[in-house]
Amino acid sequence: MLLPCPHCGRRPVAEFRYGGEDGAGRLRGDKVLDGDALANSLYGFDNPKGVSPEWWQHVAGCRAWFRLTRDTATDRVLGGGP
Amino acid sequence: MSVFSLLRHALRHHAGWTQTWRSPEPQAAYDTVIIGGGGHGLATAYHMARQYGIGRVAVLEKGWLGGGNTGRNTAVIRANYLREESIRFHVRSLQLWNELSHALDYNVMFSPRGQIDLIRTWGKLRDLRRRAAIMARHGVAYDIITPAEIRVRVPGIDIGAPGARAPGEGGKRFPVLAGAWHPEAGIARHDAVAWAYARAADTLGVDIIQNCEVTGLRRDGRRVTSVETTRGEIGCARVGVAVAGHAGVLAGMAGFRLPVETWPLVAFVSEPLKPVLDTCINCPQTHVYVNQSDKGELVIGGGPDPYRGHAQRGEWETVEAVTRALLDLFPQWGRVKLLRQWAGMIDVAYDTSPILSRSPLDNLFLSVGWGSGGFKAIPAGGEAFARLIATGEPDDLTAPFRLDRFREGRPLFETASASARG
Repeated sequence: MLLPCPHCGRRPVAEFRYGGEDGAGRLRGDKVLDGDALANSLYGFDNPKGVSPEWWQHVAGCRAWFRLTRDTATDRVLGGGP
Repeated sequence: MSVFSLLRHALRHHAGWTQTWRSPEPQAAYDTVIIGGGGHGLATAYHMARQYGIGRVAVLEKGWLGGGNTGRNTAVIRANYLREESIRFHVRSLQLWNELSHALDYNVMFSPRGQIDLIRTWGKLRDLRRRAAIMARHGVAYDIITPAEIRVRVPGIDIGAPGARAPGEGGKRFPVLAGAWHPEAGIARHDAVAWAYARAADTLGVDIIQNCEVTGLRRDGRRVTSVETTRGEIGCARVGVAVAGHAGVLAGMAGFRLPVETWPLVAFVSEPLKPVLDTCINCPQTHVYVNQSDKGELVIGGGPDPYRGHAQRGEWETVEAVTRALLDLFPQWGRVKLLRQWAGMIDVAYDTSPILSRSPLDNLFLSVGWGSGGFKAIPAGGEAFARLIATGEPDDLTAPFRLDRFREGRPLFETASASARG
């Protein structure tokens, strides 16, 4: 699998670190959450079988973090972003 | 099934075998619908019918029985975990594995050949000593052994020259310093496990419906009223979800999110060899484990891929890394040919412990997130999940695996697993 680094272009996946599903595991905004909503935002994943936004880091290259849209069922990369 | 019945069938030219289970058309409604016809779903249906007998049970399988991740693992069965909660549960599973062929009257080829964990740093030795102490409290042997004992037990293994104790000594970057011997571990024939539970459940009246993929869940408030499938809509009073690789998909249909991510876990097998290895070898620090199947194939696996996903082929980088780690231990296998390579899909919970639990919906129950340990957990997992669905209450063994642990801020971090968070 080749991933599109915004600075270095298409590079082999071995140069990258997977950084998790975009939006998972972090709190957004200034709304105070508790109970299920808090657990959901801290630990929950959409984890779809299909297209999903992700974070990646080009650890063995320019070390930039970037967003990527990938189809998890086919490993096809659909789009990168800054 | 006995040797005499085999002989009788042989004398009749094998013309008298009957179907092992029926293939019924789905009925309009069932009391319990179990989604997933792998080991966990079938074992759950068997225990539902045998111990609880509360109405009609159906198992829905999108492909064929055992054709999902029950058939895509490396078939290792062990109880050397870190947490007391995990160890207690897997000790129960080991007990059931020992009785399984008799209980189901079907040879699942359980072979308790033991496992040796290879230790390459002093820190890891300390970790495994701690696990050995916890396991001893639960009556499972996990003994630290010397490199000399490993060489006797596994002829041909290259763990560094005798006396090597520091990095770079004995011809190894990291010579093996000790082993941890888990004599009750073993392997079983994974297809046979699915078939055995399927036959036993079918005999008790469970409808096993294959080629029946669930496409949606119809809800009325916090209750699931029916399951939409590729073979029509099926009404249900209760639903048990026992899937691997699709926990997020099913949770999406039910309208909630789970603390579970799906990762590929590569495995591969070699061409069949003469017997060369009569135990399971695991090196947690170089991420490789290997055993030799009864057919003679070396069954090889490692850690999960470096990124999540549902692609069932696995990442080539991982295959190369696992192969390097294997040839470090057994360089003489360098010319052995590999026959097949694939990836199983593992649903890994945030804390790497399973989720066997009620769900946000009143009549939907979850047995998901078994990570890389789903196969070994089948007997005890099915037993506990049947109880949960039938009574609504978990047993003491699996109560710690409830979903609420995340809301309470009490995750149950397990590290002694191929899928543990680094």
